Amino acid sequence: MAAVLRRSCGVLRSISHFEWRSQHTEAAHQREPGLGFSFELTKQQKEFQATARKFAREEVIPVAAKYDKTGEYPVPLVKRAWELGLMNTHIPESCGGLGLGTFDACLITEELAYGCTGFQTAVEANSLGQMPVIIAGNDQQQKKYLRRMTEEPMMCAYCVTEPGAGSDVAGIKTKAERKGDEYVINGQKMWITNGGKANWYFLLARSDPDPKAPASKAFTGFIVEADSPGVQIGKKELNMGQRCSDTRGIVFEDVKVPKENVLIGEGAGFKIAMGAFDRTRPTVAAGAVGLAQRALDEATKHALERKTFGKLLVEHQGISFLLAEMAMKVELARLSYQRAAWEVDAGRRNTFYASIAKAFAGDTANQLASDAVQIFGGYGFNSEYPVEKLMRDAKIYQIYEGTAQIQRLIIAREHIGKYKS
Amino acid sequence: DPGQGGPASSRSLWSPWRLLPCEPWPLPQEPLTLPSPPAEQIRVKPDKTGVVTDGVKHSMNPFCEIAVEEAVRLKEKKLVKEVIAVSCGPVQCQETIRTALAMGADRGIHVEVPAAEADRVGPLQVARVLAKLAEREKVDLVLLGKQAIDDDCNQTGQMTAGLLDWPQGTFASQVTLEGAKLKVEREIDGGLETLRLKLPAVVTTDLRLNEPRYATLPNIMKAKKKKIEVIKASDLGVDLSSKLTVVSVEDPPQRTAGVKVETTEDLVAKLKEVGRI
Repeated sequence: MAAVLRRSCGVLRSISHFEWRSQHTEAAHQREPGLGFSFELTKQQKEFQATARKFAREEVIPVAAKYDKTGEYPVPLVKRAWELGLMNTHIPESCGGLGLGTFDACLITEELAYGCTGFQTAVEANSLGQMPVIIAGNDQQQKKYLRRMTEEPMMCAYCVTEPGAGSDVAGIKTKAERKGDEYVINGQKMWITNGGKANWYFLLARSDPDPKAPASKAFTGFIVEADSPGVQIGKKELNMGQRCSDTRGIVFEDVKVPKENVLIGEGAGFKIAMGAFDRTRPTVAAGAVGLAQRALDEATKHALERKTFGKLLVEHQGISFLLAEMAMKVELARLSYQRAAWEVDAGRRNTFYASIAKAFAGDTANQLASDAVQIFGGYGFNSEYPVEKLMRDAKIYQIYEGTAQIQRLIIAREHIGKYKS
Repeated sequence: DPGQGGPASSRSLWSPWRLLPCEPWPLPQEPLTLPSPPAEQIRVKPDKTGVVTDGVKHSMNPFCEIAVEEAVRLKEKKLVKEVIAVSCGPVQCQETIRTALAMGADRGIHVEVPAAEADRVGPLQVARVLAKLAEREKVDLVLLGKQAIDDDCNQTGQMTAGLLDWPQGTFASQVTLEGAKLKVEREIDGGLETLRLKLPAVVTTDLRLNEPRYATLPNIMKAKKKKIEVIKASDLGVDLSSKLTVVSVEDPPQRTAGVKVETTEDLVAKLKEVGRI
């Protein structure tokens, strides 16, 4: 018995001291075509991952529970992440950013999410808000709105969802009316991450009042400064999980936006808004995988300590089989986001893979968080142990950035589309 | 004990004008073990010549990280013109040098030793290499970690100073440049000792000297453009042969249960019985 304890203590000590996840798969990021499939990360990717991992384990985890309880926005963590270069990774080098691809961003996101998904969502929302400007902004817009984010830590937000329209983006009602050299925005947005902290928003509004106008022509994307007169920021919403993330409703009342802040042109908004998702869905999936990995690690550590019926939990097949299934899902979810990220970085349309990754990873995160609570038993239900937070935090991964149901619609469409024609 | 075996020495080279922090051969690190047999822990090789290092994750010696950090801080204070990171060992050393570059070192020198010979490279051999490099690069300060956590030799810095005939300040917990002198506060058994060394000098770092920085992502990317020169010990005219041979490496003996006795007389009798007195 003593030997077993000593062995598991050694194991635990090495788990806690050396943050090396030997079950971590590493996937391909090929720049040279025709080299065949590879799961090897580049040296630079490994270094990025190491920095993100160190930051998450040493600086985020110790304070995550506190931010979850108080709901306070994790300003010091955001500042640190910004200093380390872990935020705003997509901003092009011409605007002072690192110009990293989606794959690199996913590696970093998974590590941050392992620490706390509330904090990671706040950071990720920056990438989502910036993405329309990165993919569709002209030189002047990029320099103006992206450069400022690399000069000091600040947030931005993606304002599309409304109280009456979430999945049905084409059903949004916020209006944009052209008046001379400006557009006047009226409407309401809801569930905007970083809503109360953003310096500027990407906003999608309906510019064509004709109800028969097709979605591909009826909407326009704008960059709106958050301090514009008429922007009324609502209260911080109290959510089930990811509680330190700032989610708000925002009312736009006669908000004037100069025409220079239109992305591409009137009517191009829908495509831009959706195009942003192809780049950010893999990272959202990566976040879900980070949470799932955390759930697996915590559950495994516990199962190596707790004894019942004369043996450790891991020695009971009911538990070890559960851990095996959890491990299976984490590996597969990770591979799926890596494929989705790799595809878009290679310049290909990745919609099919991105939706698979997001759907599967979201489901996986929820299943694993629940399983982790189960393995902890009574302690799992208690707020002094880390897994109940994971269960509350996981739920949103099946909802935001395209619900689980929307992902299935997309996957079905893409899949069936291959068989037609 | 974690991280046994493998070649040794942490060294850092520093020079106020030219700074040379050195990392040792990357250290074997105990890998994360899974809820499974302790097969992943550090094991002695079956032929007892050393420890299994294949497939074991290696990283920069922690004391060397502190040395690199101190070097970079001196550069940021503009007391130092250039920081050169040096490592002596097999090809994996270059990853450690890259980390030093990402922390802020300007360039790297990798003194390559084939993996098969790396085991026989000990503190004296590395000290010879560093001494020659310090002269070649005309550095003013050599900064090393006080010891490597795989063999805990705590010799390389001292030997390097000896070979160069330079003053040394070991176990430094604070380093300040005062004109042409270096004030070094050292942690010794009795407390803290303050020395003033004339440059050029050798300093070895202890735990409380500083908190090493992260490699930020922008610095990791910038480090890719920094040069690492790869040379052989023979290019420096250094002979890496050792007069030491490892006879055997064994696990520490398993602790056996103790024996309780009733009286002091019994204790003495027992100790005589087992030949201890």
